[in-house]
Amino acid sequence: MKILVCISHVPDTTSKINFTDNNTKFDKNGVQFVINPNDEFGLTRAMWFKEKQGATLHVVNVGGPETEPTLRKALAIGADEAIRVNAAPTDGLFVAKQLAKIMQDGAYDLVIAGRESIDYNGGMVPGMLAALTNANFVNTCIQIDVDGNNVVAVREIDGGKETLKTTLPLVIGGQKGLVEESDLRIPNMRGIMQARQKPLHVVEAVSAANEMQTLSFEKPAPKGAIKMVDAENIDELIRLLHTEAKVI
Amino acid sequence: MSVLVYTESEQGKLKKVALEATSYANAIAALLNTTVTAITINVGETAELGNYGASKVLQVKNTSLEKFNAKAFADVIKQAAEKESAKVVVLTSSANSKYLAPLLAVNLNASLATNVVSVPESVSPFKVKSTVFTNKAFAVTELHNEIKIIELAKNTYGLKEKQTKITSEDFAPHLEDGDFAIQVQSVDKATDKVTIADAEIVVSAGRGLKGPENWGMIEDLAKVLGAATACSKPVSDMGWRPHGEHVGQTGKPVAANLYIAIGISGAIQHLAGINSSKVKVVINNDPEAPFFKAADYGIVGDAFEIVPKLTEKLKEFKANNA
Ligand SMILES: Cc1cc2nc3c(=O)[nH]c(=O)nc-3n(C[C@H](O)[C@H](O)[C@H](O)COP(=O)(O)OP(=O)(O)OC[C@H]3O[C@@H](n4cnc5c(N)ncnc54)[C@H](O)[C@@H]3O)c2cc1C
Ligand SMILES: Nc1ncnc2c1ncn2[C@@H]1O[C@H](COP(=O)(O)O)[C@@H](O)[C@H]1O
Repeated sequence: MKILVCISHVPDTTSKINFTDNNTKFDKNGVQFVINPNDEFGLTRAMWFKEKQGATLHVVNVGGPETEPTLRKALAIGADEAIRVNAAPTDGLFVAKQLAKIMQDGAYDLVIAGRESIDYNGGMVPGMLAALTNANFVNTCIQIDVDGNNVVAVREIDGGKETLKTTLPLVIGGQKGLVEESDLRIPNMRGIMQARQKPLHVVEAVSAANEMQTLSFEKPAPKGAIKMVDAENIDELIRLLHTEAKVI
Repeated sequence: MSVLVYTESEQGKLKKVALEATSYANAIAALLNTTVTAITINVGETAELGNYGASKVLQVKNTSLEKFNAKAFADVIKQAAEKESAKVVVLTSSANSKYLAPLLAVNLNASLATNVVSVPESVSPFKVKSTVFTNKAFAVTELHNEIKIIELAKNTYGLKEKQTKITSEDFAPHLEDGDFAIQVQSVDKATDKVTIADAEIVVSAGRGLKGPENWGMIEDLAKVLGAATACSKPVSDMGWRPHGEHVGQTGKPVAANLYIAIGISGAIQHLAGINSSKVKVVINNDPEAPFFKAADYGIVGDAFEIVPKLTEKLKEFKANNA
């Protein structure tokens, strides 16, 4: 089985979100970039397929040279090869079209992406990729097993989960649950050394029109001050929720 | 060229978010000088859509669509959009709609905007505002394609009544075997519990509760409020509560009217997931807990004393206000 894990390169979850250039650009100053958490779960599950089922494991990112340390980290965790499509990831469909080309050229059987990137929260790349390549698609995937060409996957639904049966080729939008939090891999020294020798291919983008364009950003209005209620006066809290906030 | 809205249902009944999406579609239709057509799949009673501005409903009744199937549902909505020459398709942000939206976008060659929080700032050019960076900011985006798909974030627009004369039409889309390449084997869902996605009120608890055996009082509080229960990440990581209850940046978003956080410190990753809830109440015994900076109402004190008292008082309140 050939597996491709899509890695989006995102600000660390503790990052302060600020904008520059008249609120048109994300301010990367002092921001640490990491493997998107949803992709980290997928990568660890992919390592299981590599180790237990002899799968080949490649990772891909659509982005500029600044994302290479993130791809190297994925190689250090254990991916065999990395691919960087040299283009700014301007919108979901644009990225999906780049990934579709990589998926088809490399004849991957299983593509593991994340449910969403934690930066733009598009939640669209994996589904678009599946539709463009005519592959099957399972979103919010929390469990996946592959036997030959057959796949059993579990997807999270609102209020529960659903078990699905399908076949390869398949794209998933993965998330926490694919592996346990405690099983997430951290690169070790040996992995980091080996990663330096592993191939990181840079390929040029295919041309694709921009479907949409982000014009500007804004931050939420500052919150009003909190009202503290005395622990001995719970009636007051109920009164406030009823008459002031009108939520009960 | 009406605005098409996919109105979701649960066991044959329209969901509240579907009515919110219809209200929202109606606001866009007003800007475009057109009308709203709703599409329903295996829904019994659809007249209610006329209370929120839909003037036509396309009703699909098909036994092969009894279980949700993203590809098949996307195919049905695509055919409906083509029939109506819709230039705008409105979806909700439920797990199912988020699943089918990107498939539909490719099929219709449409621009897709997700987590949209308001009526378009302008329709020519078409500009929408969405949340980004997990609710830490908003972005204004221009959609270029002729057809636009909008996923409306929950609880941002609300229900707006507009009495409209509604006509109903049976719609029989053409389905192919390929639409069913994914088969549902089993569904595991508690039907007697309010889900976080649908809840108006969410009661959430963290590591401050010390152990899973103490969740009884959280369930009791949720029950009087008709609320869903949720938790912080470490709580689900330790297996005290199911993964599906974990809210935050790496868990579920909560866009409720009221979010009650008990024994949760208020880490940035937790707050990111609940920012879009309207009113936040914090109960924590540490007056320095960061959550107090992000909340509307707070009580400093021991959850084990306050929560049972609050539940009792709310029962009285409900009895008096019933
Ligand atoms: C990459 C990454 C992603 C993350 N994603 C998420 C996420 O999506 N969601 C999430 O929740 N976290 C997430 N976290 C974890 C987050 O940083 C915090 O560790 C976590 O939210 C803390 O959970 P907590 O508030 O339950 O526990 P703690 O931080 O341990 O807080 C417990 C609180 O309970 C209070 N308390 C103790 N006893 C009582 C009592 N008797 N009565 C009242 N209050 C009491 C304490 O004062 C304290 O404030 C993430 C972390 C990382 C690194
Ligand atoms: N620039 C990118 N390069 C590679 N994969 C990406 C990129 N952007 C998104 N993805 C993948 O698609 C998933 C969902 O992203 P999004 O649709 O942007 O929320 C991510 O978790 C990644 O797996």
